[in-house]
Amino acid sequence: MLKFSTGLKFAAIASVVLIAGCTTKPQAAAETPPPASTGPMTSETQSSSVVAGSEQDLKVNVGDTVHFGYNEYSVQDEDKTTLQRQAAWLQKFPAVRVTVEGHCDERGTREYNLALGARRANAVKEYLVSLGVSSARVDTISYGKERPICTESDESCWAQNRRGVTVVAGGESS
Amino acid sequence: MRRIGIAFAAVIAMIVGFAAPASAQLRVDVTQGNVQPMPIAIPNFAAPQPSDAAAGQNIAGVVRADLQRSGLFKSLDPKSFVDHITNINAPPTYANWRVINAQGLVTGQVQMQSDGRLRVDFRLWDVYGESQMLGLQYFTTPENWRRISHMISDAIYERITGEKGYFDTRIVFISESGPALARKKRLAVMDEDGANPIFLTRGDYMVLTPRFNPSAQIIAYMSYISGKPRVYLFDLESGRQQMLGDFPEMTFSPRFSPDGNKVAMTLEKNGNSDIYVMDLRTHGVVRLTTDPAIDTAPSFSPDASKIAFESDRGGSQQIYVMNADGSDQHRISFDAGRNGTPVWSPRGDLIAFSNQSGDSFHIGVMRTDGSGARIISNGWEDEGPTWAPNGRVLMFSRTLRGGHGSQIWSIDVTGRNEQRVQTPGDASDPAWSPLIQ
Repeated sequence: MLKFSTGLKFAAIASVVLIAGCTTKPQAAAETPPPASTGPMTSETQSSSVVAGSEQDLKVNVGDTVHFGYNEYSVQDEDKTTLQRQAAWLQKFPAVRVTVEGHCDERGTREYNLALGARRANAVKEYLVSLGVSSARVDTISYGKERPICTESDESCWAQNRRGVTVVAGGESS
Repeated sequence: MRRIGIAFAAVIAMIVGFAAPASAQLRVDVTQGNVQPMPIAIPNFAAPQPSDAAAGQNIAGVVRADLQRSGLFKSLDPKSFVDHITNINAPPTYANWRVINAQGLVTGQVQMQSDGRLRVDFRLWDVYGESQMLGLQYFTTPENWRRISHMISDAIYERITGEKGYFDTRIVFISESGPALARKKRLAVMDEDGANPIFLTRGDYMVLTPRFNPSAQIIAYMSYISGKPRVYLFDLESGRQQMLGDFPEMTFSPRFSPDGNKVAMTLEKNGNSDIYVMDLRTHGVVRLTTDPAIDTAPSFSPDASKIAFESDRGGSQQIYVMNADGSDQHRISFDAGRNGTPVWSPRGDLIAFSNQSGDSFHIGVMRTDGSGARIISNGWEDEGPTWAPNGRVLMFSRTLRGGHGSQIWSIDVTGRNEQRVQTPGDASDPAWSPLIQ
């Protein structure tokens, strides 16, 4: 009798160990996205309940989000004032470190959007650095198209999702 | 910490009985669209001991489903059968199978052995040629019955089509759950037919784009577990996951070389993404692209001599090919729209890709020089193709419009036989293993 095949071992999965999650929470801002219209606010509207130099201060009183054109990654003129406020805020609170998140709309492959999100985050970082912020205080991360804040497949949602968000990564006031 | 212990005992197969190899009258040409699937009758496998009857039904059921799913066969409804197979060692009464228009007949038998192993025999008969085409015998542990079923399906598929099958394979994928604005993404593996899903991560951090190594024991994927997106390797045997290399910025889009000794991936630095290859034995890293454009999604040719990738260096995202040392980088996609995620067929003849035309995405295939490009799927957002090991079938992610989740679909390279792959909940980023060894 002809032996066809021996020992088709599929030993493979002896055990699977699940490694616990990380202790940092870099995705916090993405999981609880800010309102789409985190527009600039003047100091007159500053909420007294927000601690100066905190993540909430950055979000509410400075503006943490800028937007990008389709498949674009250069900082738009209308967003430069937001980044100028961010840079001034960072000068005011020198212990604060931030991470710039780069996000994309759903149009684009997963890999391409990861790369595009990195370009966007880096463009925001470079602009902040050009305004005098130390590059050591600004980290970047790309979420590609994986963290939308709006899910309709139309331009108004896509425009909201194409964004760079500056989040506090450490050294905030409390 | 949770442990999942899954042992796959050895399966032994041998050719049995009726030695005279029949001339292959029964044949399906997989290169055609195959408008007429071959009718095949697969009665429940006989069980001389009543306690084995359930196994006989289960195995036949999986074989029926496998062959039906291939689109090349029509598994006839057992309720239409007028004959009842009790002795698989005698030739069947062919006329009883011709009356229900069966061209192929599979008879089988299961018997629990005194040593606790399950013995499974089957024979494939040419109903009109009145001859046996194949006979095989397997011994395995009873829990392993699904693998035996898939191996039988592969043997039948190969005997009739002349091509290797793809049923005894696994899929690594991303299991998705939760609301659209806070998706949980977990690393998971399952059998090719969606059975036996196993979750490898818990979903408290995001994972993307998993790929098997050639032995289907190691998975390369991207993970946010450390807070910094990096390529990791997950060893299925030890359950250990380990960051691949130590790079200051994002690494992503990994894919193994055909021998499994290298991983091609993308490294991002100051916003610029380029393709590198890391040798897993030496951890030496070689940079292959130096362009300020986005260069990503590398995929080796099966002979390892070339790498297909995507780049927007020409203005829009397109597919390029280079030698494995980075030389001779040239664009191969010139058709309308943007084209990305090229994946080289294991046969070496075609490259599958994601095409974006307007706002929607489709799966396409082209020859390796870029000629003959054609779109084979047509969803709202189809992307990320992966090949069955025989290069005849693809799976891909299909995301529904408006944030309504993702599913895995399969389609023949001909563009026919599109169907949803069974997954536990939503799923994306499938990668097909080679045939399990």
